[in-house]
Amino acid sequence: MTPLLVTLVLILVKLALVFGVILTMAAYIVLAERKLLGRMQLRYGPNRVGPFGLMQPLADLIKMLTKEDVCPAHADKWLFMISPGLAAVTALLAFAVVPFGPPLTLFGQTVPMVVCDLNVGVLYFLGLSSLAVYGIALGGWASNSKYALLGAIRGLAQLISYELSMGLAVVPVILASRSFSLTDIVNAQASYPFAVTHPLAFLIFLVSVAAESKRIPFDIPEAENELVAGFHTEYSGMRFGLFFVGEYINMIILGSMTTVFFLGGWHGPLLPPVLWFLLKVMAVCFVFIWVRGTMPRLRYDQLMHFGWKFLVPVALVNVVITGAVMLWLKG
Amino acid sequence: MNLWRDIRGTIEPFWVTLRNMLRKPVTIQYPEEKRTPYPRYRARMVLTRDPGGEERCVACYLCSAACPVDCISMQAAEREDGRRYAAWFRINFSRCIFCGLCAEACPTLAIQMSPDYEICNRDPLKLVWEKEDLLIADGGKDKEYSFYAHAGIGVGQPRGAGAEESPVADIKSNLP
Repeated sequence: MTPLLVTLVLILVKLALVFGVILTMAAYIVLAERKLLGRMQLRYGPNRVGPFGLMQPLADLIKMLTKEDVCPAHADKWLFMISPGLAAVTALLAFAVVPFGPPLTLFGQTVPMVVCDLNVGVLYFLGLSSLAVYGIALGGWASNSKYALLGAIRGLAQLISYELSMGLAVVPVILASRSFSLTDIVNAQASYPFAVTHPLAFLIFLVSVAAESKRIPFDIPEAENELVAGFHTEYSGMRFGLFFVGEYINMIILGSMTTVFFLGGWHGPLLPPVLWFLLKVMAVCFVFIWVRGTMPRLRYDQLMHFGWKFLVPVALVNVVITGAVMLWLKG
Repeated sequence: MNLWRDIRGTIEPFWVTLRNMLRKPVTIQYPEEKRTPYPRYRARMVLTRDPGGEERCVACYLCSAACPVDCISMQAAEREDGRRYAAWFRINFSRCIFCGLCAEACPTLAIQMSPDYEICNRDPLKLVWEKEDLLIADGGKDKEYSFYAHAGIGVGQPRGAGAEESPVADIKSNLP
């Protein structure tokens, strides 16, 4: 009975830790983004609350929670209420399969540093990132506003389009590591990360991930030309906050996926593995923030052209070439 | 090469933002750091005094008439020696657009723009400033100017004794 209890406690502790770390990280990435963008524009960014503005996320949280929460008159109440949660939860759930360190031995028990090591982890991740579409679609539809609906439709089209190239960019990695399990994929990169051997797939994945997390060159769901907030036009208070935080959680998840698929996961010299993992995720997040500070927003048709006429064909060719090379190497 | 130009145009901005990220911000941290505005900076108005320490304002209503948002109001009154002054003078700074037209309209240089820009208030009624709040003990931008030395005949000095006046001609002795 005791080993079972220990396992249970360990799992719970791990869950709480992962949950806490991700949420804190999401909150602080918002701060980091604001500060970094500020520095890129030669200003300081938030620095009023606490030392160096470090309490800003807390202040934002208090503000969000105490704001009036408006529900439009003819909105579909239930869907309107749950869709922000849907957006945030689908993002959070995806982290269940991300391995962030090698198995650890505690109290005579081996604790895998992953919430759940699925042997089809890649599929689970791709499935969940498709589910994220629902948060946007329902949010836009339930608010009973034309602007929100237009934003949602654009967001849907974008997410679905870039999901394709993202999925295709992962295929060479699966081919090379011969497994759908994320732990195996990381282990296959023990000597060198896949970003070195599959640079094209890495680039395609990075671009698709930026589009998937609705980041700047691709933040069409937000607003294109109607100058409102896009699919979350009608949301206020913490409900808007959930959409907002969901976006940043998504950024962390996709950043860790990039780390797992292409940057060698927790592998690295000197530092402890979990730290390496965190550093790599942060580096990817920094790249996203950097891109946001640099690139202008794409027009909607340019976005669709780029996705369908460039990224998907290139990804397909990349898959074929990788397969051919692997066959040739083997035979 | 068009493609090469496109690729360079995509990559180069990243270098620009990265370089700017490492530079020192130009922000002035306002409540702690303040910059001194230039003397001609147009912030809230003051009512100045002439070199003798008297109020310059003669309550001619020109500033009030020039004001595009009608934020200046006053009541003219006359002293025993005939000199005009404002019984009360009021500027509603919650309406004021700091255009400076009142200062330009003023013939006596009484109303002037000052560089004091910190007049924010949560209560709009506290932005209605009376004469006592507006008056300063100084001549402002032209300290030596005294309106009654140039005009205001019969109050400041006898006829023909003003700064730019020639003595009064005796029309009786001037006959041919």
